[in-house]
Parts: sequence; structure tokens; C-alpha cells
Amino acid sequence: MTVLIDQNSKIIIQGFTGKIGSFHAQEMIDYGTNVVGGVTPGKGGSTHLERPVFNTVKEAVEKTGADSSILFVPPQFAADSAMEAADAGIKVCVAITDGIPSHDMIKVKRYMKRYPKSEKMTLVGPNCSGIISPGKSLLGIMPGHIYKDGEVGVIGRSGTLGYESAQQMKSLGIGISTSVGIGGDPINGSSFKDILELFEKDDQTKVVLMIGEIGGPQEAEAAQFAKENMSKPIVSYIAGLTAPKGRKMGHAGAIVTAYGEAASEKVEILQEAGVTVAKNPSVIGDTVKEVLSKI
Amino acid sequence: MDIHEYQAKRLLKGFNISIPKGRVAYGPEHAEYIARDIGGNKWVVKAQIHSGARGKAGGIIVCSSFEEVSEATNKLLGKSLVTHQTGPKGKVVQRVYVEEATDIKEEFYLGLVFDRSSECIMVVVSSEGGMSVEEISNNKPETIIRAKIEASVGMQEFQAREIAFGLGLDSKSINRCAEAIMACSKVFSKYDATMVEINPLVLTADDHIVALDCKMSFDDNALFRIPEISELRDKSQEDPQETYAADRDLNYVGLDGNIGNIINGAGLAMASMDMIKLAGGEPANFLDVGGGATPEKIVKAFKLVSNDPNVKVILVNIFAGINRCDWIAEGIIKAINEVKVEQPLVVRLAGTNVEKGQELLRSSGIKYEEASSLQDAATKAVSILNKGVN
Repeated sequence: MTVLIDQNSKIIIQGFTGKIGSFHAQEMIDYGTNVVGGVTPGKGGSTHLERPVFNTVKEAVEKTGADSSILFVPPQFAADSAMEAADAGIKVCVAITDGIPSHDMIKVKRYMKRYPKSEKMTLVGPNCSGIISPGKSLLGIMPGHIYKDGEVGVIGRSGTLGYESAQQMKSLGIGISTSVGIGGDPINGSSFKDILELFEKDDQTKVVLMIGEIGGPQEAEAAQFAKENMSKPIVSYIAGLTAPKGRKMGHAGAIVTAYGEAASEKVEILQEAGVTVAKNPSVIGDTVKEVLSKI
Repeated sequence: MDIHEYQAKRLLKGFNISIPKGRVAYGPEHAEYIARDIGGNKWVVKAQIHSGARGKAGGIIVCSSFEEVSEATNKLLGKSLVTHQTGPKGKVVQRVYVEEATDIKEEFYLGLVFDRSSECIMVVVSSEGGMSVEEISNNKPETIIRAKIEASVGMQEFQAREIAFGLGLDSKSINRCAEAIMACSKVFSKYDATMVEINPLVLTADDHIVALDCKMSFDDNALFRIPEISELRDKSQEDPQETYAADRDLNYVGLDGNIGNIINGAGLAMASMDMIKLAGGEPANFLDVGGGATPEKIVKAFKLVSNDPNVKVILVNIFAGINRCDWIAEGIIKAINEVKVEQPLVVRLAGTNVEKGQELLRSSGIKYEEASSLQDAATKAVSILNKGVN
């Protein structure tokens, strides 16, 4: 098993016919992902990449039975698209878009509260690299070839640091059950804790790798959750040891404003919760290997 | 994006929050004219820079005569003020705000920020105005009152009332204070703010509620839809290197070290900086060229980093996902040929088309050291630096 997506996931692309949407849709199809169509308002009825285009997500879901979607919609319209997906009954939605206003994200999260838990969509991102269950499905923008199928669940804010870790692990012969990029924005759809919960229940996942960074309370919240609820070991790395306080480091959410948000403080909090923290970003793979060998 | 105090106050005034009479001045005579025009016998000349704690840095001067207003303005204009928020270089004062002095009975703190944990707008109020919020939470935590605002619903009147009563105000001032707090939450929501701080919010001798100082920050991602805010941008308050980068869609933060970085992805950029530090060096900058960096963007990144006089070595670390290493290699070669890059170069490429990229670089004839991993790159950069120093 994997989490969130597998070979049976039926995927639609929101923002299908745009340049970025087309490029990544093709990459996803080439990886073997079950892309069943896409949505671009006003272009419904046409065909793109040999798949049907719909005007609305609702129509796409009705006609294709899609259960997952990925957003390549410009930031000013992305919040609306995420709410449209939630309303149409999409179960997993990945928002790749970078630059969505925080006020919009708060609105999206508030909007999603109207659905009962059984009908609620899992939103992943925004400003993230998406989800990959190696060999099964790619609902994201990561280079598929560096991911090997296996037993490590990965959760990370940064895309490229996720790739770095995947490659380090692959070169050591370690595979991944699912890798989930939760994104670098201050307000995001799923937190570390939300995904940890999924990995804890997943049979394929034996160890979880959590790649965090400076800013925000989510690593600390995950540490608390891990301490109380996780039976599986967690390995972590926190980027931004050298980041100055009060400066935004690329990601909108990567800024230290309060105690517990600096990298060294997060490392301490995680270690206290029993998480194994990699000493530096070059030994993330080695650290996972060591923890795996002890199971 | 940050704005100046006088700009923030103008926004507050638009929402019926009382502010002292005042105007912006660009010279001593101008300042004196404003003081005469405002009238009274006591004024405050306030340096307009994007930072709090200006008072401690000597940026706020109380004056009792027109001559003093003129002198204070003369003293402040052109001066670089250093506060704990500006960094060691400080920020240059290019305008002052001349304001009537206020007769203060009580000072309060009022701040609104995004709370990432509850995903609400958090209102923080204290009866200990004039101190920074950090000082208040360290020294007088018991005076802090908090209220969460559901952003999509907005602040409710009872919440504002509760806070006003919590501050111990008497019946004459309760409504005025509650109205001011409500108005702040409206400013916050209407303009995509990420922080609104009135410190101090004061009760005057004649029982009015007045915003004596104000700081505001706005969501950069929302500037496209708040033209009345984005036009308030003051580039003189930004680091020129960072402005140059931001205008070219590069994410750059200047730091104090001497190893320049060109990296794709914010997380990998931070990780590379950390690796440099662990290898015994100091990063000169954070730079994320973005996921889909074109050769042109790499050239711009080289211009930016090699332009920093502190940079003695440049480390390029690219993990090509959406990107392709051969593209990046093209960019590096183009940059070395176009920009006069004098610093030694360490390049680590990984990901899509890595062999092709490395082959391009090797056959290009440019001088560089090839690194095989993140650690190797950092170690090589530091060792080049140490050789250069010795």
C-alpha cells in the first residue's frame, strides 16, 4: 500500500491546456500515471494530450470518475480552483502553484470545513512538488526516475531537498513508499502531522523521513504527535541552520518570527520527541539507512 | 512588503482611527513650515524608515520650538539608523514625519498577525504600550490579551469590546477603543496585511483613543490586487542587491560570509548554506533561482552574486527536476563568457541529464571544480577559500 495515491488513482489536471500544465501532464502520463482528463474553463469539449478537456471539475468528475487532481493554475485563481475541486468530490488535490495570497489560503481551509470528514478533500500544497508513489503514480512535478519503490515515507516542504534525499536513498538502495511535498507556504493544506498520521497506518511504510525547515509551528506539532502516536521511527532534517532571524528564505513560510521556529530549536524539539535528526543534508540517506537497519 | 509609519497612519485615518496631526517633510524648512501650520508648542520629528525601535536608535526627537524642529530634521535626514531590525548597515532616513505632540494618559499595545498554528488572525493587546511585543511577553506576560479572528468572518464587535474592557478603560473610552480595534481588523483584511501594529495606542488626556505609531506589512503574493498598497513601495529602504534580484524573479538574501551561492530551490539553498557552515565556511548569500531556471536566469544569478565584493568563491548547486542539467551548464558557460566572473567556481550538478551537463562544462574550457555531492561541493569551496587566504 501507499498513501494518498496509487496506480488506481484517476487524475485530472486543473489548468490542463496551459504551458506548465501541459508539460507536467505529459511527464505524469509518461511516468504511467492514470491521467483521465483535464479542466480549462472555456475549452470544454476539446481534446488535449489525447484526453478530454472539461469546463468544470464537476463535469470532469461525472464523466471520468476522477478522484484526484493537480493544480497548475495561476496564483490569483488557484484558491478558487482548490475550492472547486473540493466541491466536485475530488479526494486528493495537489496545488503546485507558488504565490497564492495567505488570505486566500485561509479562505480555502475555512471553505473545506463545510464537508463531513468522510467527504473532505485532502489538499496538499500549495507551493509544493506534489506526491509520488514510485512505480505507481505521480501527482506532482518531481523527476520520477530518482525515486525507487520501497518502504520509506517522505514528507517535505522543499521540492529540491526532497529530490536530493530521494537520490541519496536510491544510491544506497533504499526505496520510498510515497513522497509528499507539503510546500513552503505559511498556510498549507496538509501539515507534517496530517501526513505522519497516514504513514503510521500504511503497511508498506516502515520509516518516515521528515524534511523540515525554519519557520512556523508544524515541525514542533509533528514532534508532539510523533511522541504520542507514532510507532514507526522518524528521521528528520531541518534546513536553515544559518538562516538569519526575521528574513524570508525563498519560501513564503520560511521565516523565523517566534521561539521554536529556528532550525536549531526545531532540531532540539524533534530529538526530544525521539526523532533521529540527520547531522547534515549530505547524510540524510545514511541516517535513514542506519535507522532502517535497526528495525 | 513594509510601508512607512506615515503611510500606515494615512490608511488608519481612512478607517476613522484618530491619529495626531502631522505631515511628511523632506527638508528642515519644510519641516518647520509644517510645524507652524500644525500649530501648538510641542512637536515630534520622526525618522521614516522601515523598522521599529526607531526611538532607541535616536530616530524620534521631541521639539519645543520651530528651530528645534528644523535642527532635528537636519540631523535625521540622510542619517543611517541602525536598529535590531535593520541589520548592521542600517537604513537611511530620506523623509521625516512632523507631528503634533500628544498628551498621553495611558499607553497600550495593539498588534494583529497571522497565527500559523490556528490559521486565524491573532489580535494581541497589552496595557503595557511603548515596549516591544517581545519585551512585553518576557516581562509582563500577564498583561497580554489575545483574541482569534476567523479571517473569512472578520472580527466581531463583542471581541473588540472584550479587549477594550480587558484593558481597564472606563465607560467614556470603551467604545472609542473597540471601534479602533475593529477598524484595524478591517484594514488587515481589506489590504491583505500580514502584520498591523499600533504601538503605542494611547488614551489621551482628554480621553480620546489615538494611534501614536503604526507599522504594517503586507503579503507580497497579494500585491497584484492591492494597487493602493503596492504603489507605496519604497526601494530606498531595501537592500539594492535584494531589489535587483527580486525585480528579476530571483530569491536572494544577502548574508555576511564570503562563499556565494547559486542554487535551485529554497530548501536546497538553505541546506547548502548549512553545509558550507559545517565545512567551516560562511555563506555570503541565499539564492534560489527557482525550479525552471533558464540559461538567462543563471546568467542573471551570476551577475548578482559575482557583483558582491565579499564573495571570494562561488558555489553552484543545482538539482535538476523540472530543469535539465545541460540547460544549467549552458547558463553557466554563458555567464562565465558574458559576465566577468573573477571568483573561483565550484559546480555540483545532479538530477535530469546530469552526464550531458557535466560533459558540456568539461569541454567548455571554463575553469571550475566539479563536485560530486553536496558535501563535496561545500568542502571544495571552503578549501579554495582557505588556500586563497593563506
